[in-house]
Order: sequence, then C-alpha cells, then structure tokens
Amino acid sequence: MNETSVPFWRDERVLQWIAQIVFLVAVIFFLWYLYHNMITALAQRGLLPSFHFLSLTAGFDIGEHLISYSRNSTYGRAFIVGILNTLEVSALGIVFATILGVIIGVMRLSTNWLINKIASIYIEIIRNVPLLVLLVFWYTGVFLQFPRLKEAKILAGPTIISNRGVAMPWGKPTATWHAYLYVLLLGLILAAIVWWRLTLIGKRTGRMPLVTVWSTLTFLGVALVGWFAITLFMHQAPLALDTPEIKGLRTVGGLELTPEFMALFSGLVFYTAAFIAEVVRAGIQSVSKGQIEAARALGLNGFQTLRLVVFPQALRVIVPPMTSQYLNLTKNSSLAVFIGFPDLYSVAGTIHNQTGRAVEVTTLMMAVYLSFSLLTSVFMNWYNKKIRLVER
Amino acid sequence: MMNREPEQYSSGEVLAPPTERYTVLGWLKKNLFSTWYYTLLTLVTLYILYIVLKPTLIWVFTQAQWQVVVVNLRLFMVGQYPTDQIFRIWVALHLLAFTAGLAWAIWLPRARRIGAFLLFIPLALAALPFISGFSRINWIIFAVAALIGWGLGTWKPKAMRRPLLVLLLAYFPILILLILGIEPILKIVKTNLWGGLLLTMLLAVVGITVSFPLGILLALGRRSELPIVKLFSILYIEIIRGVPLVTVLFMAQLMLPLFLPPQIKIDNVLRAMAGIILFSAAYMAENVRGGLQAIPKGQSEAAWALGLSGFQTTFFIILPQALRNVIPVLVNQFISLFKDTSLVAIVGLLDLLGIASTVLAQPEFIGKQREVYLFIALIYWVFSYAMSYASRRLEVALGVGER
Repeated sequence: MNETSVPFWRDERVLQWIAQIVFLVAVIFFLWYLYHNMITALAQRGLLPSFHFLSLTAGFDIGEHLISYSRNSTYGRAFIVGILNTLEVSALGIVFATILGVIIGVMRLSTNWLINKIASIYIEIIRNVPLLVLLVFWYTGVFLQFPRLKEAKILAGPTIISNRGVAMPWGKPTATWHAYLYVLLLGLILAAIVWWRLTLIGKRTGRMPLVTVWSTLTFLGVALVGWFAITLFMHQAPLALDTPEIKGLRTVGGLELTPEFMALFSGLVFYTAAFIAEVVRAGIQSVSKGQIEAARALGLNGFQTLRLVVFPQALRVIVPPMTSQYLNLTKNSSLAVFIGFPDLYSVAGTIHNQTGRAVEVTTLMMAVYLSFSLLTSVFMNWYNKKIRLVER
Repeated sequence: MMNREPEQYSSGEVLAPPTERYTVLGWLKKNLFSTWYYTLLTLVTLYILYIVLKPTLIWVFTQAQWQVVVVNLRLFMVGQYPTDQIFRIWVALHLLAFTAGLAWAIWLPRARRIGAFLLFIPLALAALPFISGFSRINWIIFAVAALIGWGLGTWKPKAMRRPLLVLLLAYFPILILLILGIEPILKIVKTNLWGGLLLTMLLAVVGITVSFPLGILLALGRRSELPIVKLFSILYIEIIRGVPLVTVLFMAQLMLPLFLPPQIKIDNVLRAMAGIILFSAAYMAENVRGGLQAIPKGQSEAAWALGLSGFQTTFFIILPQALRNVIPVLVNQFISLFKDTSLVAIVGLLDLLGIASTVLAQPEFIGKQREVYLFIALIYWVFSYAMSYASRRLEVALGVGER
C-alpha cells in the first residue's frame, strides 16, 4: 500500500496538475492568438496601442462638466469629465432611488388597499419595461415636450420649466463662503464626537439613545449658528440667492438642469426604485411576526419596535441585494449615451470616433467601471460585516 | 380536531360569520377607511390619481395618433426582413404553437381552461382590424396548430412524450435554419436584414441558449478544486459582471473584428450576439452556481461511495438536480436578457427600439415619440410580464424550495 505502487498516470494529484497545465497552455495560446491578430490588424492601420493620445487636444465640446473644460482641453481631461458626470448622476440617483424605493416598498406592505395596489402596479409596470425604453420615452416624450422657452412655465421662486431644461434659484458662494466651510467642518467633527459619546453611553447602559438624530441635530445646530454668526460679524451671508431669468434664447443664473440630465436622473431613480422597493419589502417581510409580537409584549411602542427590533433584522436581509441594485444603477447610467448626456461611456465613444483608438478606449472605460464596482462591493461588504448577526 | 383554526384557541368570543367580511361597506371600511389618517391618505391618493390619469387617458383615447404604429406594424415586428420570405417566420411560429400545444396536453392536462384562454389570443389577434389578410390567415393557422398539438398530446400522452422532447431540443436549430435559410432550399436572409421584435427575440433566445453551456462550464470551473481553472472562472465572471452591458457590446463591435483573423468577416448582428453571449454567460454561471450550492454534499459523497467517477458524479448526479432548481431563475434571466437586448440599439442595430428611431425619422411621423415609444414599451411589457407570470407558476409547479 505504499504510494509508489500507484503509477503516476493514475495518480489523481498528478493528473489534476497535468489538466491544469493543459488548460493554462490552451488559454494562453488562445489569448496570444487573439492578441497577435489584433496587433497585426492595428499595425496595418498604424494604430499600435499607446496612451499618448490622452494628452492631445480633444477639440470637442461637452455640454455638462463639473470641472473646467473647453474644446482646447486634452482627451484625458475629457475622460475625467465623463467619469465625474457618471459619478454625479449615480450618486444622486442612489440617494433618491433609495428614498423612493423605501417609500414604495413600505406602501407595498400597507394594509390600505389603494396604496398597496398602486405600489404593486407601479412595480409591475416598471420592472417589465427595459430601462432604455423608459429613458427614451422620458426624454423625448416628456422633457422635450415641455413648452418652449418663450411660453415657459414659471413657478414660484422663480423656477423656469421649458424644453431647454429647468432653472431654479440656487445659492451662489460669496466672499465668506470659505470661512463657512470651516464652520461646517467643525460641525462635522462635533457631530462625530456626539455620535461616539452616545454610542459609548448606549453600550454601557444598555439603553441606546437616538444617535443619528442627535448627531444630525448637532451638525445642523452648528451650521445654523455659524451662518448667523458669519452674517452678523462679516456682514455677508456665505451664500447669496441666485435667481434664474430668461435672456434671449436661454436662461441665465441659478441652477440649470438640462433635459438630458433630468431624464437620465429621473429615469434611473424611477426604474431602480421599483427594484429597491421589492428588496425592502422582502427584507421587512423576512422579520418573523413573532419578533414584533414579542417586542410589543415586552412593552416597546410601535416606533421602538421598528427601530430596535424590525429594522436591524431587516437590514441584514436588505443590504446584499441593495448593493447589487446600487451597482446596477451605476452601470445603467451608461445608457445616458442614448439620450445625449455626456457620461463616461458617451465621452469615451466620442473619443473613439475621433481617434480610432478602440483598444485603449475600451480598456480605460472597462477599468473605470470595474473599479467603481469593486470599490462599492468592498465598502458594502465591510458594512455588511458590521451589521451582521453575531452568533456564538 | 388537529386542524382547527388557531384563532379558535386564542379568542374566547364567538367568531363573526365569514360572510360579513365580503360586504362592500365592510370591505371599504376595513381596507380604505379604517382610521382617520387612512381615510385622509385614501382621499389624497384618489385625488392624485384623478389628476394624473385623467389627462393621460384623454390623450391615449382622443389625442394620440396611433396611425404611426398601424402603418409601420411590419417594420416593428420583423424589420427589413424580405416580404416574400415572411412565411418562414410564420412557419417557425406555427411549429412553436404546435410544440406548446403538445407540451400543454402532456404536462398540464388539468389546466384546460387557461389553455382555452391562451388559444383565444391568436384568434383575437386575427380579428384586429388593421392587419393584413395574410397575417389574419396565419394567426388562425397558429391557433389550429396549437389545437392539433394539444389534441395529439391528449390522444396519446404516453407515446408523445419522446417526440415532444425531440421537438423541444430540435426547435432552436430549426428556428435558426428557418430564419437564416439554407441554400438551395431557402434563400439566405442575411442577419443585417433581421430587425424589430424578430431580432429582439432572436438575440435573447440565441443569447440564453448559447450562454447556457458556457455558464455551466464557468460555474463548474468556479467550484473546481483546480486553482488555475478556478481563478480563471472567477476573473471572467467578476470582470464581466463588473462592467455595463454597453461596454461589452462596444468591445464586441470594435475589438472582435480585430481579434479575428482578417479573412473572417462578421456583421453587426453577429458581433452584438457574441457580446450578449459573453455577457450572459457570466450571469448564467452565477445562477447555476447558486443551484450547485444548494445540493447537499452528501449527494456527491454518496456518488463517490458508489464508485462513480468525478465526471459521472457531476453530470449524472449533481447537475441534473442543480439545473432543476435553477429553472425559474433561468426564466428570470431570460426576461432580463430580453429587456437588455434593447441596448443593441445603442450600437446601431435595428431591434425593436432601433426600428423605433427609423420610424420616427419618417417625415410624415415626426414628433410622434410618445405614441411609438409607448407602443414598444407595451410590447416589451406584455412579453416580460407574461413570462414572469409563467415563471412564478412554474416555480409552484416544480415545487422549488419545498421537499
């Protein structure tokens, strides 16, 4: 029964290694073959892969940019503008989709028949239509059908609604804005201290205070006091009200939201909210009824039952699928190209059209999306670990 | 005695007669006006519904001009597919109806009423006022084909089992041969002429069918004990799942021609198909892996103990059980793939959504975006909803999750 009695061609461990080596060689050969074909084809066109083109002048305009950009900027900067636009719409989308999703998810559980039915009809309609169709309909069928600027609808504020977008009053930083930022920072630090102290007290006494509420109040209090202090002592409020007005063929001033941005943003929010609502509903329903009854029997009131019993348990079920919804939203923001919002994919497409550098553009674009996904999953895994059930 | 209602134990009072629950007023009070804030909520919601629905309904029934849909119906359905070859699509549909009728009779012999209702749908479509006589006749043939299949299945359920399985397996190649054609019997219809709902359906069907074996291999690879194979599978799955489908399609459009040797030329539709298959395989792998994980370890240990090899264990013991569990998930993946195929419009294909843009470019229908996009949204909705409804029923019928 010694090991040598098994010949090596029947030894499972040897066979496994041989299989792996064969597999590896096959994969490498296949990839090399593809790479070889690609290099040959690119060499014929004189486009051997290199990222030097990123420092060339782009020469095209981008409608919306969070950092300064003009047609004299480089391709690299155009790329960054695209990334920032994607991040902007995704971050805003995630926040609002979560709020709307939670509301619809709770509506779906309501015992009021009408509310319940409206929520489920909403979910069934949205989930069974492709996002892209929804976006196009939203853009061409709703936002572009708003009245022309001449006949624009003007709401209180003034908020000007037309087919050129929505312009609304917005704060404009003044000379004291910089000082105010320090006040806000101070507020954040104080809020963090309050958070930390209250959690400590809660852990010691076993009666957890409303940590989130108190630290938010601290921050808001500092922000409010700071605002008046600065207005009083420096004789200028940190933000001045900037109202939009119609000048010729466009609006000037205030916060201007283009139809493209609004269609993409609201489309993503409405679409993702339907999925988040189902996640929330499943999470809340996963908490067994006995838990709620037990909490009531212990004398907790409705709010306490929700905060201390239902919510922490539902959260564990909600977080993992919620993560994938957030990732989906970020990835889905790439559909912006179809309605002309300059996100990462759209800018990358333009760069490819101008330079013909398919390989480099594809690689960069995929790398960026992949790192978004990885960062989000790393963060959500950390959070998930934090709230998970501590078992014996 | 054992199956008394639990309430009878807990409440000492005599229960109210059950009929009371069904009176209209009682129902309204319980479900809409139980407390003062529910009453308020109901009234406010009703008001909002009135504000939103009234103009919408007025628009749909009086102001919208549905002429654009009626005139371009053929474009929406089959795109540029040659008119004299459309009978081939009908033949494929009739075969599908026949197979479905046969399957219905064998697998769902009790559900006659729903079957009769489903049979009513093609007849209703045949009665639509604006379709051509050719389509009208074909819808009737469609219904008859389904009825023949059903009759055959009811007549000889045992003997028809095997032909049904053969038909199901052969349907996909037959479909492709019919649509694409084979010289010299059927004229080849190039893929760049495929369009509309036909293209959308074909992309989804091809995507799910071809990515199925790939997905199984990747799932097995990810659970494999061989580190190199495992690493490769994980890398592939996670990279593809980390990027949006459009970027995969973009890559397929631009880089696939570069990867292939210069003699091989593939057109837009095939490139998009390749992209969809590569994308779908990663998601398929994760679904199958979910099914594999649900199989208790005892199964494979028992197989080993019986002397089955690793290959036999995987393919005869583990996979059949795992795949049975993932059927509903696969239907859901098919639905999302069906919706996702709309993205090929971004890379310039004329699928249902792509055709909509060409229709809107016709000078006589400029500015009819609402009508056109609502119409295609409705088509997508009807198919996705029907499939997800069927998958929920399937889940119950298969008894997934209960044993």
